[in-house]
Amino acid sequence: MTSRPELQAPPEIFYNDDEARKYTSSSRIIDIQAKLSERAVELLALPDDDVPRLLLDIGCGSGLSGETLTEFGHQWIGLDISPSMLDVALEREAEGDLILSDMGQGLGLRPGVIDGAISISAVQWLCNADKSSHEPRLRLKAFFGSLYRCLARGARAVLQVYPENVAQRELILGFAMRSGFSGGVVVDFPHSTKQRKEYLVLTCGQASLNSTTPNAKGEDGESCSDEDDSSGDEKNHSVSVSDRHRPRKKQKLNKKVRGKEWVLKKKDQMRRKGNAVPLDTKYTARKRKDRF
Amino acid sequence: MRLLTHNMLSSNIKGVTNGFPLLIEAVKVVEKEVDFNEDFLKNMFVKVEWKALVEASRTLGYTELPESAEASMLDSDEFLRKFHHALLELHLEDGALVCPETGRKFPVSKGIPNMLLHEDEV
Repeated sequence: MTSRPELQAPPEIFYNDDEARKYTSSSRIIDIQAKLSERAVELLALPDDDVPRLLLDIGCGSGLSGETLTEFGHQWIGLDISPSMLDVALEREAEGDLILSDMGQGLGLRPGVIDGAISISAVQWLCNADKSSHEPRLRLKAFFGSLYRCLARGARAVLQVYPENVAQRELILGFAMRSGFSGGVVVDFPHSTKQRKEYLVLTCGQASLNSTTPNAKGEDGESCSDEDDSSGDEKNHSVSVSDRHRPRKKQKLNKKVRGKEWVLKKKDQMRRKGNAVPLDTKYTARKRKDRF
Repeated sequence: MRLLTHNMLSSNIKGVTNGFPLLIEAVKVVEKEVDFNEDFLKNMFVKVEWKALVEASRTLGYTELPESAEASMLDSDEFLRKFHHALLELHLEDGALVCPETGRKFPVSKGIPNMLLHEDEV
C-alpha cells in the first residue's frame, strides 16, 4: 500500500512535472475525478434554470474537475499551488481562469461574488504542516474564513476530502463550522473501503428549507444521510454515520459439498467453461470404498 | 486571465485594508472568442465593480465601455456585447497585477497570475 501523497511531500513538490503528467494521463484517475466532480456539482444544488454561474474550483490541479464545470455550462476560476499541474491544465486548454495560489493563505477574493465552490481531493492537504512556518490551524482558519466571505448568500461549497483519520476530519469540519458555515458531511458508499467518498457540503448563510444535507449513496442505493445539526449550535461538531449493515457473523457452511448431484453440476460448470471433462457415465460419482 | 477574474481578485497581503482593485501592467494581451450568454452577463452585472472593469479594460486596450452603467442598459444588445467582450474575451497573458496599497507586484505569465504570498506577507 503506497503511503498517502500528503505524507510524502508538500503538494507543490509532490505534484511536479512528472507526477502531474502521470496523474493526468491515467484514465482511471480522469474517470474518478470526473465522477467526483459530477457528484460535487450535484451536491451544489444550483438552481435548475440554465443560467451559467461563476464557480470556484479549489485545488483545480490539471483541470480535470474544471472540465466537468465547463460541461455543465458554468464559468469558473481555478486555484492551485502546483505550477506543474497548472501547466498541464493550460495544455488541456482549461476554460476557466487559473490562479497560482495557496489556499491556506486565504483565497483573496472580493466578498459575496462567488455562486458556488467545489474542491476535489484537495482540502486535506491543509492539515499537514509543510513548512516550519505553517500552522495548520491558522491555514484552515484563513481558508474557511476567506471562502465564507467570498461566497454569495445562500451559496454552497462542496469539498470532497480524503481525511487521514477521524481527528483530521473533525479538524476540517470544526474550522468550517467556526467560519460561519452550516451544513454537514455526506458520505457515499460508507462501507466500501475503495468507493468511500466524503463530501463536506457547506452553506453560506442561513440554511433555508431547501438546503438540507442531501442523502448519500449507499451500496444498495439505500440512503445513509449525515445530518450535522449545526445551525446556531457551534459545539455539536460530531459526524454520525448511520451503520445499517451490522457485520454479519460468519455463517457456517451447512451445504454438503458432496453427492452425485453436486459432482454432475460441477462437471457441467466446467464443460461450460470449456475445460476437458470426462463423459458422465454410470460410474460418475459412484460410491467408492472408504479407503479412497 | 480574463477581466472577470481580475474583477474578483483582491490583494491578500497582511495589513492591507483596500486591496481592490489590483492595478494591471499589461505586457501581452490576447483576445479569445467566448460564447455569448445573456443570462450570465445579467447575473454578473450585479456583482461586477464597474469602475474597476472600465479601467482594467482600458489598460488592456479596449475603450468601448461606458464610464458608468445602470441596470437599464442591460436591455441594449450593443451594451451587452461590449460588456461581454470586456469581461470574457480580453486575456492578460503576460504582465503583472499590482497591489494598490503596497505596490507589490504579482507576476502574470501564460495567463496565470502568481498570487503566492511570501512568508512575511501572510
